[in-house]
Amino acid sequence: MSISIADVRRIAQLARIEIDAAEADEVRAKLDAIFGLIDQLAAVDTKGVEPMAHAQEMTLVLREDSVSETDRSADYQRVAPAVQDGLYLVPKVIE
Amino acid sequence: MLAGPITEVAAALRAKRYSCVELTRELLDRIARFNPTLNAFVTVDAERALADARAADAAITAGSAQPLTGIPIAHKDILATAAMRTTCGSKMLASYASPFDADVVDRLKRAGTVLVGKTNMDEFAMGSSSETSFFGPVRNPWNDAYVPGGSSGGSAAAVAARLICGSTGTDTGGSIRQPAALSGICGLKPTYGICSRYGLVAFASSLDQAGPFAQTAGDLALLLNAMAGHDPRDSTSLDRPVEDYARALAADRGARPLAGVRIGLPREYFGKGVDADVAAAVEAALAELRALGATTVDIALANVGLAVPVYYVIAPAEASSNLSRFDGVRYGHRAAAYSDLNDMYQKTRAEGFGAEVKRRILVGTYVLSHGYYDAYYLKAQQVRRLIAEDFKRAYRSCDVIAGPTTPTAAFAIGVKTGDPVEMYLNDIFTVAANLTGAPALSLPCGFDRNGLPIGLQLQGDAFTEARLLDVAHRFQQATDWHRRVPKLATEVAR
Repeated sequence: MSISIADVRRIAQLARIEIDAAEADEVRAKLDAIFGLIDQLAAVDTKGVEPMAHAQEMTLVLREDSVSETDRSADYQRVAPAVQDGLYLVPKVIE
Repeated sequence: MLAGPITEVAAALRAKRYSCVELTRELLDRIARFNPTLNAFVTVDAERALADARAADAAITAGSAQPLTGIPIAHKDILATAAMRTTCGSKMLASYASPFDADVVDRLKRAGTVLVGKTNMDEFAMGSSSETSFFGPVRNPWNDAYVPGGSSGGSAAAVAARLICGSTGTDTGGSIRQPAALSGICGLKPTYGICSRYGLVAFASSLDQAGPFAQTAGDLALLLNAMAGHDPRDSTSLDRPVEDYARALAADRGARPLAGVRIGLPREYFGKGVDADVAAAVEAALAELRALGATTVDIALANVGLAVPVYYVIAPAEASSNLSRFDGVRYGHRAAAYSDLNDMYQKTRAEGFGAEVKRRILVGTYVLSHGYYDAYYLKAQQVRRLIAEDFKRAYRSCDVIAGPTTPTAAFAIGVKTGDPVEMYLNDIFTVAANLTGAPALSLPCGFDRNGLPIGLQLQGDAFTEARLLDVAHRFQQATDWHRRVPKLATEVAR
């Protein structure tokens, strides 16, 4: 299969990455080459093969429902681009 | 030369042949001289390193030294450190000051090491050459026109240049073993779950694993002893009895210490595409291992040739999800000008990520998108199972699998940056261990016609690190490839 400019625009939108018209051609060509590599998988017979999501066959670990951390919200907000009164600031989304 | 093997430096410190402060000052001078060329370090904190060194000297004097007390190390800049910024080689995190330490950082600190700095890397660990860093490419100490491998290229180059005694890296598809091979040192990717991923900036969570770089297999064992262990903050961290990974190394087993060890040779690792010098060096290493008592058996890994395409579905899929957190809200870069929230996300990510990171996010977004999930992501997970079954079958007839770590020695800076697929094929022998979760290491075994190092890869089944380290150690007892140093390592600092 080959990747089109429309595919590039669609996935860039889904991924929230702005790609301008000048870049789009090169991105398309490189993605096309990468999918040329990936498309080798299509020929493999995988009928009945259980997908392997993870190297360790482990069940999710549960912990006691108790307080284990101290409140460090100020430390964590110190690295944010914009905060006010303990809140993260983003452009207005509701008029 | 002061930054020798950890075992030797530790003995010298304990014997007070020099103090840790003297050692650290000397290495800081060397870094000041050689880092402008190598670009191995993103951050160096001399004051902090000397404070650690004074503490180490005090511990040695007080008789409370541990095996790694006073050993100068550096962390790959993907491991969070509260003391220094953690950039991931990206504009996105160029000034990120982590509020916490990664678990392996904390463990190595408690083991008494001296933290000298943070090392350069491919942006978000996505690369095989350490050329995609926002802070510029890392250069190979053996020849500065060549790459040191990647993504943990700064950690490998710094140890190869003897600027530090050991370092940490992370390996998602070969990012410890490949730069270890191309830089002429040792590097180990442990079994998935042995080292906590807490504080390791996530790239592909089902594949990412931290591990050590050092000059010798014995040093790798000491570093892994300090790094490994259960951590409830990582839900995939394994809770198993503490192991001494160096336990097999001290025993005297005579002239044939590897008697009884069966080494599997996958025909898929010795075919076309492997450079003649690499093939010859690996064959010579196998002859040495046989002389040490090991036997070699031919094995088949029928699906291993599909490991790279499987990896380039699974790793980008996980990356596209993991890297969605970089949106300019809670940390990292935020675009200066935007029209609304969506525009802020799009511009922030367009500005903050480099070209290779964007490509992988786009590939991952595509393979997970509606209508393509079964054809790509599910299919890749099924082939991942087939590859894992190949290895399981192979370990019925052998204990260790050996082969070249990479098809060629280091390549020149710039020659592969325009062709991502050619770059990806560097990982052809290393990615399978990430897909299966099994341990693997690389150790130096020769040089090519350009004088660039060649790596031998040893792979084993889950939890066989101690055996891999033992085989590598016995090889190093009988050979001196690990003692060869690049010319700049022998030059004086001032």
